[in-house]
Amino acid sequence: MSAPPTTTAELAQNTQDAIGPIIAFDNVSIAFEDNTVLDGISFQLPRGETKAIFGVAGSGKSTILKLTLGLIKPDGGRIRVLGEDVTQMPEDDLFELRRKIGMVFQESALFDSLTVRDNVAFRLMEEAKITEEEIERRVVEALSFVELEHTLNMLPSELSGGMRRRVAIARAIIAQPEILLYDSPTGGLDPVTSTTIVELIIKQRDVYKTSSLLVTHRLQDAFIMATHSFDRKTNHMRPLPRGERGEVPMTFLILRDGKVIFDGDAQELAQSRDEYIREYIS
Amino acid sequence: MELISPAEFAKDKVQAIQEYSFLAGQSVTNLFRRPRYMADMMQQADLIGFGSLPIVVLTGLFTGAVLALNSANTLQRFGSLSLLGQLVSVGMVTELGPVLTGLMVAGRNSSGMASELGSMIVTEQIDAMRALGTDPMKKLVTPRVVSTVFMLFFLTIISDLLGLVGGSVVATLIFGMDSHQYWSTAWQVLVFQDVFTGLTKPLLFGFIIATVGCYYGMTARGGTQGVGRATTQAVVAASVFILLVDFFATKFLMAIFGYR
Ligand SMILES: Nc1ncnc2c1ncn2[C@@H]1O[C@H](COP(=O)(O)OP(=O)(O)O)[C@@H](O)[C@H]1O
Ligand SMILES: [Mg+2]
Repeated sequence: MSAPPTTTAELAQNTQDAIGPIIAFDNVSIAFEDNTVLDGISFQLPRGETKAIFGVAGSGKSTILKLTLGLIKPDGGRIRVLGEDVTQMPEDDLFELRRKIGMVFQESALFDSLTVRDNVAFRLMEEAKITEEEIERRVVEALSFVELEHTLNMLPSELSGGMRRRVAIARAIIAQPEILLYDSPTGGLDPVTSTTIVELIIKQRDVYKTSSLLVTHRLQDAFIMATHSFDRKTNHMRPLPRGERGEVPMTFLILRDGKVIFDGDAQELAQSRDEYIREYIS
Repeated sequence: MELISPAEFAKDKVQAIQEYSFLAGQSVTNLFRRPRYMADMMQQADLIGFGSLPIVVLTGLFTGAVLALNSANTLQRFGSLSLLGQLVSVGMVTELGPVLTGLMVAGRNSSGMASELGSMIVTEQIDAMRALGTDPMKKLVTPRVVSTVFMLFFLTIISDLLGLVGGSVVATLIFGMDSHQYWSTAWQVLVFQDVFTGLTKPLLFGFIIATVGCYYGMTARGGTQGVGRATTQAVVAASVFILLVDFFATKFLMAIFGYR
């Protein structure tokens, strides 16, 4: 893997105004017709942390991410993102806020009539001030981060599922967002491809230290993330020594029947007495 | 099919009308707000304008020809075949040119827009666009509305002219009329209100075609089947809407110009 750049300016930006959680859900509820999906959930994501959200299919994981982006509005409760209340915000201001957030959709959601280059560049092309050369340079940089420089002129339909997921990651990180949201990034992929995606997410986490919410239906992916760190020398992930925590704090949140039944770190999770949870971690 | 109560049905319809009005309103107000997507407008104009040219040419030619054929038949009975140029001209410019061009473009582009935007909705591309901080109303809807209105205006003029050409071919070749006479009467009969009416209509129809197409696309639900449904509904709704608006616009413009 190519070594990603880390400038002091980026680090300074990340540590700047590190007060207060970057995302805070406060008693949030939402129902679709008669189907109550989230029933008063609360949690916080401190700046610089990665939180894995686990739940079975249909438990409302994607809904949480869409609420965070303000793509849908809750029926009750408050959601603060980067210090702003997205439940009250008019759509025009939301567009501004969303530019600071990168999202990787469940099925990648690449623009199917645009090339990989234009998909990845989309965010930057909206910005009037950025020159063509600058865009080109950053597209190549983002694509080399996910090791897909050679696909520049291909269409999404010509890529495999795993490659599409990687392009989606490149598209999400190109503008160096303050928050990253991953929606089931390994969903529907074979085990080998899943591992490369998880490794990529670990690389992103350890290199840029972006605060992230990672939705997953496979708890083992989240465990790999908690127990591995990215090694810049070998450009691969490696297991952390036993009992040692990674540089980036990693926590878990488990959803069941519209409620949060667990919110804590890997150690607490391993010690949980809850039968439902034990069933998944054994 | 699931049965729904009349109240529920009425509520759905009112909501649909509200949503449509909102989209139609936004498509216009976005013109005055940044960012404006000029490149997207150009691309759409090319797609709608030049893409529709062949069907508009054929529609115009044959409509004019058949209009001349039918009218000549009637006029001959009254011995006033010399009025043929005038009849074709007024008929094409005020009514048939705008309406048939509108219907043809609706069939081609309302459906195209509904299926394109509908597919983007069901594959979450629209959500992805919003997540990237881009307003799909500004990036997708407004360019389509602007370019459809703009291009339909010129397509209608082309269709009108070709209608006259089609009429002249029938008039000279089948009815042996003098081509000079046909053309001079065809031009002379047109007064300001005919031309004004004929050129106002495409603006309205273009707006209908694009807003209806985009509305059905943006509200598509339920996978590929939903997209298919949205596509058909868009063409039907746009066509009916064009015919309704055509009647009322004609009546309104006549009232303004003081006929009847
Ligand atoms: N736009 C929507 N309209 C109706 N129901 C929805 C919508 N979005 C999600 N749901 C329902 O909400 C529940 C949770 O969905 P989702 O958040 O996508 O679950 P997950 O991502 O955990 O699998 C599901 O039962 C789904 O059917
Ligand atoms: Mg989901």
